[in-house]
Amino acid sequence: MKKSKFGFALSLLAAGSILAACGAGDKAEDSNKDEGKTASEGGDFSVAMVTDTGSVDDKSFNQSAWEGIQAFGKDNGLEKGNGGYDYLESTSDADYNQNLNNLLRRDFDLVFGIGFMMGDAMLEVAEQQPDAQLAIVDAVADAPNVTSILFKEQEGAFLAGVVAAEMSKTGKVGFVGGMENEVIKRFEAGFLAGVEAVNPDIKVDVQYTGDFNKAELGKTSANRMYSSGVDIIFHAAGGAGNGVFTEAKERKEKDPNADVWVIGVDSDQYDEGQVDADTNVTLTSMLKRVDVAVKDVATKTKEGNFPGGTVVYGLAENGVDLADSRGAIPQEVLDSVEDYKTKIINGEVKIPETVE
Amino acid sequence: MSNRVINILVPVISVIIGLIVGAIVMAVSGYNAVDGYIALWNGIFGDSYTIGETIRQITPYILAGLAVAFAFRTGLFNIGVEGQLIMGWAAAAYVGYAVEGLPKFIHLPLALIAAALAGAFWAFIAGVLKARFNVHEVIATIMLNYIALHVSNALIKVWADGGDKTQRILETASLRSPFLESITQYSRLHWGIIVALLMVVVMWFILDKTTRGYELKAVGFNHHAAEYSGMSVRRNIILAMTISGMFAGLGGAMEALGTFEYVGIKGGFTGIGFDGIAVALLGANTPLGVIFGATLFGSLQNGALNMPNEAGIPTEIVSIIIALIIFFVASGYVIRVLLEKFNSKKEGK
Repeated sequence: MKKSKFGFALSLLAAGSILAACGAGDKAEDSNKDEGKTASEGGDFSVAMVTDTGSVDDKSFNQSAWEGIQAFGKDNGLEKGNGGYDYLESTSDADYNQNLNNLLRRDFDLVFGIGFMMGDAMLEVAEQQPDAQLAIVDAVADAPNVTSILFKEQEGAFLAGVVAAEMSKTGKVGFVGGMENEVIKRFEAGFLAGVEAVNPDIKVDVQYTGDFNKAELGKTSANRMYSSGVDIIFHAAGGAGNGVFTEAKERKEKDPNADVWVIGVDSDQYDEGQVDADTNVTLTSMLKRVDVAVKDVATKTKEGNFPGGTVVYGLAENGVDLADSRGAIPQEVLDSVEDYKTKIINGEVKIPETVE
Repeated sequence: MSNRVINILVPVISVIIGLIVGAIVMAVSGYNAVDGYIALWNGIFGDSYTIGETIRQITPYILAGLAVAFAFRTGLFNIGVEGQLIMGWAAAAYVGYAVEGLPKFIHLPLALIAAALAGAFWAFIAGVLKARFNVHEVIATIMLNYIALHVSNALIKVWADGGDKTQRILETASLRSPFLESITQYSRLHWGIIVALLMVVVMWFILDKTTRGYELKAVGFNHHAAEYSGMSVRRNIILAMTISGMFAGLGGAMEALGTFEYVGIKGGFTGIGFDGIAVALLGANTPLGVIFGATLFGSLQNGALNMPNEAGIPTEIVSIIIALIIFFVASGYVIRVLLEKFNSKKEGK
């Protein structure tokens, strides 16, 4: 017993010393790297982002932001890596501070934090490093060197509600949300308002998974909804929403005539709904153009006009929209969507931001 | 080869194998293994910032490891460290922001005690169920984890008026200090490490220096024998769980008063409590061993963050590499057996 304890202790010490040896030998190479970084910096503008706890290819929010950064990089002839553009993924909320700091320490000129959960970390880093230029999507971080990017999700969700209400055959539609927070509540409020504007008699089943990453929870919610007669589900649940697609696709596979549709969120989720070559369960997707906003803020900052404060992107700013339905939505419904769109932009239709 | 040489060789070989297999994984996936390990090293000890963050990461692991190890030593398998930690986190954060007007030397200990009590209470439930009704503690604690997660989420919702996190704790309850920030380039290093190390001493003292500790261990070794010799098995089970939960609750306080300074609604478990099981096992369930286990876990976890940052290796592959290293360290026993076989053959000649 005594000996094995000693062994364990030693094993960990040994781990340390081996790693130490690794590090020491390569110091030289490391300093080379630093030189390379400063050389490539000459006048170029570099930009990076930290993801929320999802991955960068979450087919949703993070991915959209990353696409915006990639587009910005391409337009400005930047390359991935130091002095160009890059991203870091967070596996838990404890990682936010460190990821933000890591990117700032690599001298990126503008660092984005994606997601409302990063608000506190962003504020902390902003206060510690007043010279850094930061931007956060979906949250307000009240510091002079942070640009807070918000969206009028309710406007896009309203249009999704219009589509769902006009196309529902059963008179029952569903909304699957992720965690209950201000942002997702805006989706819900807009969707409810959109449905009600078309037909107040349609019932909307609202469920929250309480999580953005667990697809199985989204699947369970969708299963319950479709079984109770819901035919169209609008999800705003990030990765958990992929479960809604899975459920719809399974039902469509079993019965090709099943009346199940999903309205995707954040980016065009058409590919998610592909059952086979001719069948797709994606009705449309409510686009939240994080990419547009990210690119816009990056471009402005590059030009020396770091926006600061809060910037809101709505229908009028191309911040939200509906994706191409690829024929799934008939023309008369599309016409009425266009109709509402103009009314929203004109201010004729007022959409609540919260659920009453 | 003497026993001593084997004792030194086993861990060295197991870590080397872990690193080699990790390197193969990186090479096969098309990444430079040397760059990867340099990034890992820099992510752990690169400069004062990363060292500060590494120590911060190690702190809750020590306490979670102690909680599991303490229960193990008394014959109980506390899988509920996660839930006890969550309850401790919530309690510390609440006391941290809601109790106003106290000086630091009262407020901070008060918040710590609240966390310890919350964690202890959560484990106490499982202890009573085990002692009175013979409900297996594994089942009870697993279920209590889920209850803790959702109870704390519900409480936070009330405390935050429907928001998703509480206000920040007051300065007077914070474990952070401008001094630590200034020497580590604004890392989130906080004084919690002192609390954690103090608890290591507490665990050692309880188990090895008190009669009660002797009884607790005796119940763990053989509760029939313990009962026969006049010890109260029930009382000792409840006490063991409660102390274990206290360590776990303090682990939560590290997050509430140090790392985050608030408590937010969680979509899932933090994982610290479950990693605590591995930390305890790596440390052979001894107080000192837990420090080493937590150091390995915390360092690797923290260093791993730097691998995508500096070497461009995706997080998924990094997780595999870290798991491999820990896996081989944990399976040192296999290497020991092989070495001894090799040794005895040689001697036979």
